[in-house]
Order: sequence, then C-alpha cells, then structure tokens
Amino acid sequence: MSLDQTETGRQQDPGDSGVARAQRSNRILDLAIRYGFLTLLVGLVIFFSVFANGFAGPRSAVFVFQSVAITGILALGVTCTLVVGGFDLSIGSVATSAMMLSAYMMVVLGQSAVVSIIACLAMGAFIGLINGLLIVKTRVPDLLATLGMMFLLVGLQRIPTEGRSIATGMTMPDGSTADGTFSPLFLQLGRHRFDFFLEKLLPVPVLFLIGIAILVWVFLELTRHGRLMYAIGSNERAASLAGTNVNRYKILAYVISGVLASIAGMLLSARLGRGDIASGTNLLLDAVAASLIGFAVLGAAKPNAFGTAIGALFVGILLQGLTMMNAPYYTQDFVKGAVLVIALVFTFSLSARRTGSH
Amino acid sequence: MPALLCRLQAVEKSFGANRVLKRLNLDLPAGEVTVLMGANGAGKSTLVKILSGVHGLDAGSVELEGRPYQPATPSEAIRAGVVTVHQSINDGVIPDLDVASNLMIDRLAEKSYGFRLNRTRLFAEAQAIADRMGLALNVRQPVRELGVADRQLIAIARAMAHQPKLLILDEPTSSLSAAEAERLFGFIEQFTALGVAVLYISHRMSDIRRIGDRIVSMRDGEVSGLFEGEDLDYEGAVQAMLGHRMTDVDIRIPDPNRCVVEIDALRLKAGSRPISLDLRENEIVAVTGLLGSGKTALAQALFGMKPAQSGGVRLDGRPYAPTSPQQAIASGVFMSPKDRASNAVVPQFNLLRNMTLPFLERYSRFSFVSRKAEKATANAMIEALAIVCRSDADEIGTLSGGNQQKVMLARWLAQDCRLLLLDEPFQGVDIRSRRDIGRKIRETAANRATLVFVSELDEALEIADRIIVMSEHAVSAEFRNENVDINEILTAVTGRAPAAPSPSTQAA
Repeated sequence: MSLDQTETGRQQDPGDSGVARAQRSNRILDLAIRYGFLTLLVGLVIFFSVFANGFAGPRSAVFVFQSVAITGILALGVTCTLVVGGFDLSIGSVATSAMMLSAYMMVVLGQSAVVSIIACLAMGAFIGLINGLLIVKTRVPDLLATLGMMFLLVGLQRIPTEGRSIATGMTMPDGSTADGTFSPLFLQLGRHRFDFFLEKLLPVPVLFLIGIAILVWVFLELTRHGRLMYAIGSNERAASLAGTNVNRYKILAYVISGVLASIAGMLLSARLGRGDIASGTNLLLDAVAASLIGFAVLGAAKPNAFGTAIGALFVGILLQGLTMMNAPYYTQDFVKGAVLVIALVFTFSLSARRTGSH
Repeated sequence: MPALLCRLQAVEKSFGANRVLKRLNLDLPAGEVTVLMGANGAGKSTLVKILSGVHGLDAGSVELEGRPYQPATPSEAIRAGVVTVHQSINDGVIPDLDVASNLMIDRLAEKSYGFRLNRTRLFAEAQAIADRMGLALNVRQPVRELGVADRQLIAIARAMAHQPKLLILDEPTSSLSAAEAERLFGFIEQFTALGVAVLYISHRMSDIRRIGDRIVSMRDGEVSGLFEGEDLDYEGAVQAMLGHRMTDVDIRIPDPNRCVVEIDALRLKAGSRPISLDLRENEIVAVTGLLGSGKTALAQALFGMKPAQSGGVRLDGRPYAPTSPQQAIASGVFMSPKDRASNAVVPQFNLLRNMTLPFLERYSRFSFVSRKAEKATANAMIEALAIVCRSDADEIGTLSGGNQQKVMLARWLAQDCRLLLLDEPFQGVDIRSRRDIGRKIRETAANRATLVFVSELDEALEIADRIIVMSEHAVSAEFRNENVDINEILTAVTGRAPAAPSPSTQAA
C-alpha cells in the first residue's frame, strides 16, 4: 500500500493525485451509500427468480404483498416515533389488541364492521396518547414506557376471553356461546384482491400500505409539522427554543404510531377471520427491522417513510424467497437479523465516514 | 515564597485546528490557594483535564515536586497525588450507593482491594475517613438522600483520603449556600496548612476574596495575568481575564425611540435585589457580568423559559409574562441562545432548514411548507449577513463556527420582532464574523429593542449604546457607551460597588 503511494507520488504531483483519488473513492462511497440497498433488493429479486422455483409467479407475489402490508404499516408508525427521537415497542401488541378487539366487537358483542373499526382506531389513538403522556409528562424513558405498555396489552387482550382465541361459536367464560360473525365487509378488507395486470394480484392491505406510506411521506417531508418533528429528533432543545411545542409533537408521533398499529391489527384480523391469540408474535421485530433498514435506503441516514416501505418490501421478499428455496422456518429470524445488522452498518458507519470526510 | 509543588512549562494543547492552550506557563506553590479565572473558552477546563489525567498534552512539560508528571489516566493522576473535584457534583458521587461506598469507591476500583466486598471493613474504613474529615454523616445512608453540600463534601473527603499534594476544585461553591461554602473554606484551610497546593477555579468574587492567596487570569489559552501579595488586585485580575483590546468600532449612539420594554422591580432569585429597566426602540443594550451574575436568568425570564420570582414586565405597554419560548415568540420577543451547538443548531438539517426553523408557519400554506418562500428568505439572509457557503443546501456542520453563528442569527433577523435577545452572539466566532454580526445587529435595530448578553467587555463596548453590569442577580451599574472608563466597568463587574442586599429584601 505504501509502496503504491510512493510510486504514484513520483510520477505525478503528489498532492493532486491524492486529492483526485480521495474524491474518486468518496464518489464511489457516495454511490454505495445511496443505491447500495436498492441494488441489493433488485439483485435479491433476480437471484430468487432464477434459483427459487415459482418465486417469479403471481401467487408468490400475493404472499409477499400480504406479509409486507401489515409489517409495512406498523413500520411506518415506528418511523414516526423514530423521527422525534423516540421509539415505540408497543406497536406489535397494539396490533394484536386491535385484532382481538375487532373480533370481540363483532363475534361476541355482535357489532357492525363500522362500529368495530371505530372502536379499534380509538383504542390505538388512546394507547398512543397514554404512551406519549408517559414519556412527556412522567418522563419515563421511551423504550421503558412502551415496553411496559407492551406487557400490559399482551396481558389485557387475553382477559375478556380468559386466554382463548375468538371465533364464531366459541364458548365464553360464562358458558354461553358467542354466535356473532365477522361482517363480510370487514373480511373483504383483508381478503379481497384487485386485478392488476394479473387477475387478483393486489390484496386490499397493500393498497392501505401504499396509501398510508404516501400520507406519512407527505406529512413528514412536505408539511411544517413533519419538519418540526425531524428538528425535535435532531436537537430537541434547539427545537424548543425555536418555539416548537416539543411535547405536543412527541405525543402526536405516538398517537400516529398507535393508530397505524391498530389499522395493521384490523387488517390481520380481517385476513385471518378470527381473533387469534397466537398470531402476531413477530410483528414488532419485523416492523422495527423494516424501519431501521429504511435508514439505509438512498443513504438517508434518518428515519423516512419511503425507506421504511422499501425496508418492509426487502424483508418480505427475502423471507418469501427463502421459504420457496425450502429454507427451514427457523433460519428466517437469523437472516432477518443479519440483514438488519448489515443495514445498520451501512447507515451508521459508512455515512458517518462520509460526513467525517468533509 | 513557599516551596513550588507543580510547574507547567510551555504546555500546548490543540483539538483539531483549535489551539486551546498556547505555551502556557504556570507555577503552583505548596500550601497556597491559587485562584484560576478565565472566561468561557479560555482553556481552564482543558488545563484541569491535563492535570487530572483526562487529556495528554501536545508539547511542554509538567513537573510535580520536581519530577516529570504525565498521567495517562485519571487514576494515575490520583495515585500521583493530584486530586480533582469536578464542577458538576453528580459526576463526583454515585447517588444510589451509600456514603461509605462513595468514600471508598477509588479503593474499590483498585486491584489490590481483592474480589470480595467486606461490608464491615468498608464501613469501618469509610467511618475513619469521615471522622478524620469531620464529616458528621451516617456512612450507611444512601447519597441520594443528601443535599448538594454534603455530596460536595463527600467528593472532597474522598479526594482527601488520597492525601493529595495538589487539590483542584472546579467551581466548588456554584451550588452551595453561604454557610455551606464557609464549611468548605474551613476544609480548604486545613489542607493548605498541611502544605497542599490548591487550584481553585471560580468567578465568585466573594469566594476569591475569602480564600485566594494568588490569582492567575487566563485568556485565549495563555496566562494573561498573575496577581499575588498582600493586597490582591481583583480588578486587575478581571481585566486580565476579560481583556479589552480596544477596538476600532465606532459607536454613534442614536436617539432611542419610544419605550418597548419596561421591566419593573423584577426579582430573578429569592433574595436578590429587584431590577428595573427600560428598553427602547433603536437602542442596543449590552448586559455583562461574571458567570453566575444572573445574565442567563434575566434572558430566561424574558424568553419565558424560567419565570422570575416577582415583579413584572410590560411589552409595548401591555403586561408580558410568557410561560414558554413559544409564547415569547408569539408576542414578538425572539432569542438567539448561547452555546449554539446544544441550544440552536439542528445538526441533521441543512443551512436553509436551520434558518427557517422558528417561522415555518409563515413559510407555509395549509401546513405545507413553500420551498419557494423558504428559499427566498434564506438567500436574502445569506446575502445580508455575508454567509460563506456554497448554497443554501449546505449541511450546517460543514460551515465554519462564524458562519454557523450567522445562520443562527439569521433565523431571528428574518422576521420583525419587538425585543431581540442575543445571548453570547459572539461565542466561538472569528473576528471577521464578529464584526459582520455586530454591524448587522446595529443596522437592523431601528424598530426593536435589543438586549445583548456578553461576558467579554470588549464585545459590549463594540456593540452597545448602553452597558448594564449585573452581579448577584441584580443590576450593579449602568454606563452610556461614550468615553466610558473601563476601570469603572471593571469595578462594577467585580461587584465591589453595589451595596449588599438589605435584610428586608432578603426576607422577601
């Protein structure tokens, strides 16, 4: 290495070549940071299309879309809390609570789809509000407050049915039978698929994901509220001294997170057609992974809606591909973890070096 | 002259391009209290960190009792007999542990202590230290139940258990009451009697008069003055610390217009004397004073960060009592805070976004930020303040300190206000930017009242029409910036001139 340097130094003006080389390597690093993850995503799709039988087909696409939709919506909520420098660990349990609540409302209480949806949204907003108040007013650290909320909800959602899953015809704790049914309209939310080039390709939840992703992106990037939230996440004190109501925006972030989690939970419930006590265990980790992978997309090095959506897609494609290549289910978490670690290295080490080199 | 304990010769220390200590020479005699004074950024804390083994030095030498002394770690420094009690007490004690563990924590960290924690032995040894120091404390009590003064004494007692040769106290009385401080001085006298050299960093003139044997003033990384002998020249020391490179800025005092802010009997702290002050349009008033003189408290009260104890403020004739910066800004009171890195700069934002942060609402329609409006404002301000940058999209961190400060100022100059508060606007700014900033502040002052908080005298002389000196959370003197006698200002800064608070105000 040193030999190489002395040689070029002899041939040319040493300062010049050094600058040129540094600039070139900087440009390459820039490109790697910017497009590295998108390239990896495309490469992954090509790889699986070639090597995994049936990956390139519509059935597999539907699977990917379905799994991406729910984690993606959750991840967009996490993204909003990451933007204000917080973190929401309760999203997974908010989603499962919304799933159980929607099932309980319809199956046990015999309510309509609309009432159930409103109840779930209200619950999500309320939990987000409590999270926000715990963090802002009582000064409980965000990770601990939302961790506490997570435990609380995991327990709470089991109390009304004494730990049983909710389905039509189930026996209630008092011995009666729940004879309500899921409203067909509600089930359509999770199951209906629209034609898109191919017949029945796009499930409704994907449209929800796309719509929510666009809304969150617009909110964070184009409105002053989003700008102020980023300011809070970057330097809370400076934002506050510039006249920002820091507490209100922090609470807002958790409310958004809670509402999005409850939407994800309802979509899950509509897809399954029952309040399944056992499902949704992986929701939190998948969503967190997606939003953290989003940091690396386009070299943003910050939480952002577009990156989060791509991150969710990345995880979804990876898992579907591995499944179709007959990788055992228990390797999935390992692969997800590895991808997350690589994405974090991308974000923090490489972009830190880039800003340091200026 | 007593024996020399510690000698620093031509000590150099730089952080990046920033030369913090410049060939610093300093002698510390045994058995004497050497007071170290210096404004923010003079290099005091770097000096302390070199002595206490946190930083190494780039060049020069330090001798302790005639032998070379270069501690690589804080624990090496302690073993060599140099003990430091840091300013922030909570860095010095561990609140969740009991008094005994706190007193013994250095011993516990040593390998020779062994693996097993013998509580009986721990308590006995801690009790011995406490007795020796005259600490009337239950060694089994958790430190979190104790007050600030006791915590400080524990940190000092632990330091003393090492039988130090050099004791460094960094602003030790900043959170102590008068009685508690007196207790501390008693301790210090015990140690000097034993031949310990004390390096005492403080700006409280009362402390310095009470305990100091000699004063060293620091400025820009150098010793700018050394004062010893029977009658210490306090004004000289402060002057050496603050300096007054008389600058060629020519202040022509304009006729002030109507009154904007009336401060009426504002009491910043329980027991402090009330402040009454009128601020007028087209007038720039500089507030100066030592650290802890109440400058920050006044700024905070006016910007709604921390309410005053009593009294009132009127803004354009209407009562004004903001409870948050948000309210202050809405009423037309803007503040550019000191220490921009922690209070003002948003590191993830570029220049433009940093500049438009406070008034996004005015650049938005239906909450959507208008890039055009933002860009127009930012580029106008870049030009007006001669900000050196490639474009308004530059990352804020790539700008020089002076240009960053200009951006922070531009934030507030971009919109009209009634009262502009500038807290240390020249902090970490090169001389050229300082001139630019000063000129801009004066140019734009016509339709507002301006209050500039500065600790350096020449900055006040450079910018203000009127200079107000604060000490002990009250106004101690007021000068019109016209043929002022620097020595008069210095006397006011050191706080000899004003009468002590009367008993009746103290009771209130």
